[in-house]
Amino acid sequence: MAGLIIKDIQKSFGKTKVLHGINMEISDGEFIVIVGPSGCGKSTLLRMIAGLENVTSGEILIDNLNVNNKEPMDRNIAMVFQNYALYPHMSVFKNMAYGLKIAGIPKLEISERVQEAAKMLELGELLERKPRELSGGQRQRVAMGRAIVRKPAVFLFDEPLSNLDAKLRIQMRLEIKSLQQRLGTTSLFVTHDQVEAMTLADRMVVMNEGVAEQIGSPLDVFQKPETIFSAQFIGSPAMNLIKGVTDGQSIKLENGVLLKCVTNFSGEVLAGLRPEDLLPDKKGEIIIQIDMAEPIGASTILHGTLKNSDIKIVSMVQGLVDQKDMQKEMSFSISPEVIHLFNRESGKRIN
Amino acid sequence: MEKRVHFKGWFLPVLLIAPQLFITAVFFFYPAGTAIWWSLFNPDPFGLNTKFVGLANFEFLFSDPYYKESFYTTAIFSVLVTFFSMGLALFLAVLADRLIKGAGIYKTLLIWPYAVAPAIAGILWMFLFDTRTGLISWYLGLMGYDWNHLLNHNEAMGLVVIVSTWSRVSYNFLFFLAGLQAIPKSIIEAAAIDGARFWRRFLTIVFPLLSPITFFLVVMNIVYAFFDTFGVIHTITKGGPGQSTTILVYKVYSDGFVGLDLGSSAAQSVILLVIVGILTILQFKFVEKRVHY
Repeated sequence: MAGLIIKDIQKSFGKTKVLHGINMEISDGEFIVIVGPSGCGKSTLLRMIAGLENVTSGEILIDNLNVNNKEPMDRNIAMVFQNYALYPHMSVFKNMAYGLKIAGIPKLEISERVQEAAKMLELGELLERKPRELSGGQRQRVAMGRAIVRKPAVFLFDEPLSNLDAKLRIQMRLEIKSLQQRLGTTSLFVTHDQVEAMTLADRMVVMNEGVAEQIGSPLDVFQKPETIFSAQFIGSPAMNLIKGVTDGQSIKLENGVLLKCVTNFSGEVLAGLRPEDLLPDKKGEIIIQIDMAEPIGASTILHGTLKNSDIKIVSMVQGLVDQKDMQKEMSFSISPEVIHLFNRESGKRIN
Repeated sequence: MEKRVHFKGWFLPVLLIAPQLFITAVFFFYPAGTAIWWSLFNPDPFGLNTKFVGLANFEFLFSDPYYKESFYTTAIFSVLVTFFSMGLALFLAVLADRLIKGAGIYKTLLIWPYAVAPAIAGILWMFLFDTRTGLISWYLGLMGYDWNHLLNHNEAMGLVVIVSTWSRVSYNFLFFLAGLQAIPKSIIEAAAIDGARFWRRFLTIVFPLLSPITFFLVVMNIVYAFFDTFGVIHTITKGGPGQSTTILVYKVYSDGFVGLDLGSSAAQSVILLVIVGILTILQFKFVEKRVHY
């Protein structure tokens, strides 16, 4: 059992505070993805867990053991870096064996463990190559192999896919997921890509400006975003947020449109409408003047404004809509239970 | 697409490289050609008569025990200077690389000696080690050590090695520091997570990654020790005592301009020319391959 507990972790660089107290409890074998825009402190958090940055205050417990003051090597973790950080002068085999050799493991066992990892990652043919003779995807695998052979308690991934091209990224994403499921090792994965976060995570942490906005399963975060930030960050295209006033029975949008929506709050709110929740409906209340259509294959993203206002709104409809026969005006409806309501002041979810 | 400038006609391109060609011709081809020419003659000391002697100058050199001795001296001298100046520079660079505050001052101070001309450096240290008035030799005397590089062969060699090393450390330091800073931080961090402590990381990761720079510096330092230390030796020991600090380039000077044996001096220059040529070829061959990886 190797869980990871993070208690009120804070971090300052000089006078700049970058982490404002993060709390998290990760159970054994869980795959956690920390997602957020660049500069939100997600990499710093990971590096603190790895022992590459000092902890300003708070506690990090690996396997119920406080590791705040332990060297990276004594924390029983392995890390995969964004630029892979392979040792350029060593062969693939030596790259993977380096940590084991230092740990004083017998040669025979080292060889077995490296071979095993190489087989798992389909690196068998490449063991004698130098990193510069490998493609991006292969280097990525070697970096993973180096982490696997050490059989650590926790894997840490620092944006490991962002240097790969789009196609390879999707492939490696799947491989990481299946590998983690097979090994069952607790993993922490940092990314700025919300699709990666959605697909990989058992639970995800949405971070913004040093604060964990929401921690939950991908579907939870998607269906019930706790804050305006996580509502807008997760989901593509991003959720529409429109000012409105609710009386508990319905909500009146800024342009006067009335939508049914039952809630026990009344007053000023922000209404969140996901683009894909807007369904084309001839009798729909939401009338959009379309300015632009972006066909993306299976569906089309429509950019426009709400009728009688200059409020921008995005919707997504199934199938292709050709720019030519695009209607100037389209009406949509939305079912009341997928309308997200947020408090305008606190940014917190209401319903 | 390769970036190339195409010129119409030949005049402009020739004009553009003319200054470089001129400098190379005047300061390299002309003296080198003259040296090769003179090495085949035996002029009398007053330059009144010259006699063509073929390769006799070379034959004489290779059978001359003093010349062999000078080769040996040069080898010891250049190995010592290269080893100490690079070792010290690497040590200082590793320290400077770990600095966060005050790195600028530290670096500036370390680079200063490079601005001191070899002859000046020689005089500076000569004062410090002067057998009668030198500060360091006085302290050594207090500790019961009688320093006299004017009489003791090893002390003479030691002193020129110290001075040459001192004026070379800056150059090596700059290259090593640049090399260290070019190593991605994440590689060091990966090694730290893999369990390697500082010393092990240095031996198995950092030093191998510095190997192209190390090799480049070895060649540059040998060339430096062979040629640029003339000023140091001339100001401190004048090749003495005896022949103990007469390195090849100093022998070229002393045989030619003191001994007035211009034929032999020219022949020695030609031999040095060949040595530099070989070093340069080595340099190009290996540095292009980036040595270790």
